[in-house]
Amino acid sequence: MNMEFNVRGMDFTRAGEASAKIKKALQLVGMEVSTIRKAVIVAYEAELNIVIHARQGILTLFVHPDRVEIIAEDEGPGIPDIALAMQEGYSTAPPHVREMGFGAGMGLPNIKRCSDHLDIDSRVNSGTRLKATIFNNINGE
Amino acid sequence: MQKYFHSVKLDKENCKGCTNCIKRCPTEAIRVREGQAQIIEERCIDCGECIRICPNRAKLAITDSMDRLADYKYTVVLPAPSLYAQFGPRVMPGQILGALLETGFDDYFEVAVGAEAVSQSLRQFLRGSYPRPLISSACPAVVRLMQVRFPGLLEHIVPIDTPMEISARMARESVMRQHGIKDEEIGVFFITPCPAKVTAVKQPYGDRSHVDGVISMTAIYGELLGRLDSQPAGERAVLSPPRGVGWGKAGGENHSIKGRSLLAVDGIHNVINVLEEIERGGLRDIDYVEAQSCTGGCIGGPLAPQNPFVSRVRMENLVKRLKAARPPLPDFPTDPEYYRLKKPILPLQGLKLSSDLDQAISMLGKVEKISADLPGLDCGSCGSPNCRALAEDIVRGYAETSYCVFKLREKLQVLAREIVDLSHLQPPAMRRDSSNGGGGEDGQK
Repeated sequence: MNMEFNVRGMDFTRAGEASAKIKKALQLVGMEVSTIRKAVIVAYEAELNIVIHARQGILTLFVHPDRVEIIAEDEGPGIPDIALAMQEGYSTAPPHVREMGFGAGMGLPNIKRCSDHLDIDSRVNSGTRLKATIFNNINGE
Repeated sequence: MQKYFHSVKLDKENCKGCTNCIKRCPTEAIRVREGQAQIIEERCIDCGECIRICPNRAKLAITDSMDRLADYKYTVVLPAPSLYAQFGPRVMPGQILGALLETGFDDYFEVAVGAEAVSQSLRQFLRGSYPRPLISSACPAVVRLMQVRFPGLLEHIVPIDTPMEISARMARESVMRQHGIKDEEIGVFFITPCPAKVTAVKQPYGDRSHVDGVISMTAIYGELLGRLDSQPAGERAVLSPPRGVGWGKAGGENHSIKGRSLLAVDGIHNVINVLEEIERGGLRDIDYVEAQSCTGGCIGGPLAPQNPFVSRVRMENLVKRLKAARPPLPDFPTDPEYYRLKKPILPLQGLKLSSDLDQAISMLGKVEKISADLPGLDCGSCGSPNCRALAEDIVRGYAETSYCVFKLREKLQVLAREIVDLSHLQPPAMRRDSSNGGGGEDGQK
């Protein structure tokens, strides 16, 4: 079972819509509360990364009984140094975006904190593909 | 057999089966079937939005009648702070308390006093460590909303009991101490501005509620007005601290906590937006969130008779006057445990498609497919609040695609075309009679 959402760059008014739909879908399925909570944060941060940095992208949700996978694929500037981008507080968001309260450099660290597996594949001036896996641990964490 | 108690009920006589309530409900808990609204019990949070929106007054709140006072040897009335704001500028809380006693109660205990005690307990709790931001437990509709739609945030709810419960407990203990009356002989009655408080008493978060009955503010209002008009005497001592009274309106709870990073949100749909933000990992810089289901706070409750914008002014003026009077604060219990919720607040399962995970996932796939095929106009004519909800209902087996008037019309068009096509077909024996006269030539030879 998968669901796809188109995300447009710089469209802040609609940022969060895809992750809200993802949350609703996971609640309908009855995934564990802790799984949903982590998946929502991962989906929202990934969605926001596309909005802030990329021209456009697609957020895809895969639902399996034992895990949730979230894939964010975008056309954008790419990440030159992934290790640096994973550091808390490191941000390349433009000043006007930061003034709106976004781009504090916590996006990727938050995604990493909330996922059990994280793969990032990025090409500069082309785009980024992020795949996060969250296990659905039936008896709590 | 009813699994859950709900104060909000349908009046079948008055319900026309319109779609106003289904579209307003924050948990999509109402459907229209066979010309009548039906409430899905697992999802209803008793916020009363449907009571407010129903043009036919077909939604009501079940509350207790004054007859229940006779069940107890000694009765105590607990006026919610919002009650004080329902009257004209000259009516003082002391007179309202006097009028309340005349309606048949033996004693009173002001919930504003309990609110002050809870404020002290909250201030103390906020000095410790806790998940940020904490969310208030005071509005029972918000707590139920979180149990149904935001179970992942339940650990953010401050584990401190509500002013209503704390007031009821203090009132009971005081009556037992002063009059030597047994716990079960004391009847504590709350005057409520909303149906959610009724549910909070009949189905409490913890093991028991200290409140025995809940009386609608609207129901007792007329009687109070009459008594206040006829004899302005009979004034009673007011212990309400100004900040405790302020709890009755939006922002008042935060005002009584003071000095931290505090967010106040009112109106159930605004509350949902804030909770979604917290769920996404936001608002970590906020210490405490005061969240109230009704716009304006408790004064905006569906059972509060006065216009909430008028009552807000009345309340603000009253708070000023009480501040100037500086009534002495009573002694509150100092043990922090006294104020703690006795049990954790657990999720309510009302949204799952199936209890079997594999099946639920395949059902979600079907929901997506059906939903993509529906018109997306969210008109509500099918009896479900929007197209996606109809898709869910179809997959759950509660609805059919033909409930959608647009889908039905499409089907009828196809059928009509087929009928026309069929009408052009003629059996061989009739072909000679066709209008152009040449229909039978082939068969003639």
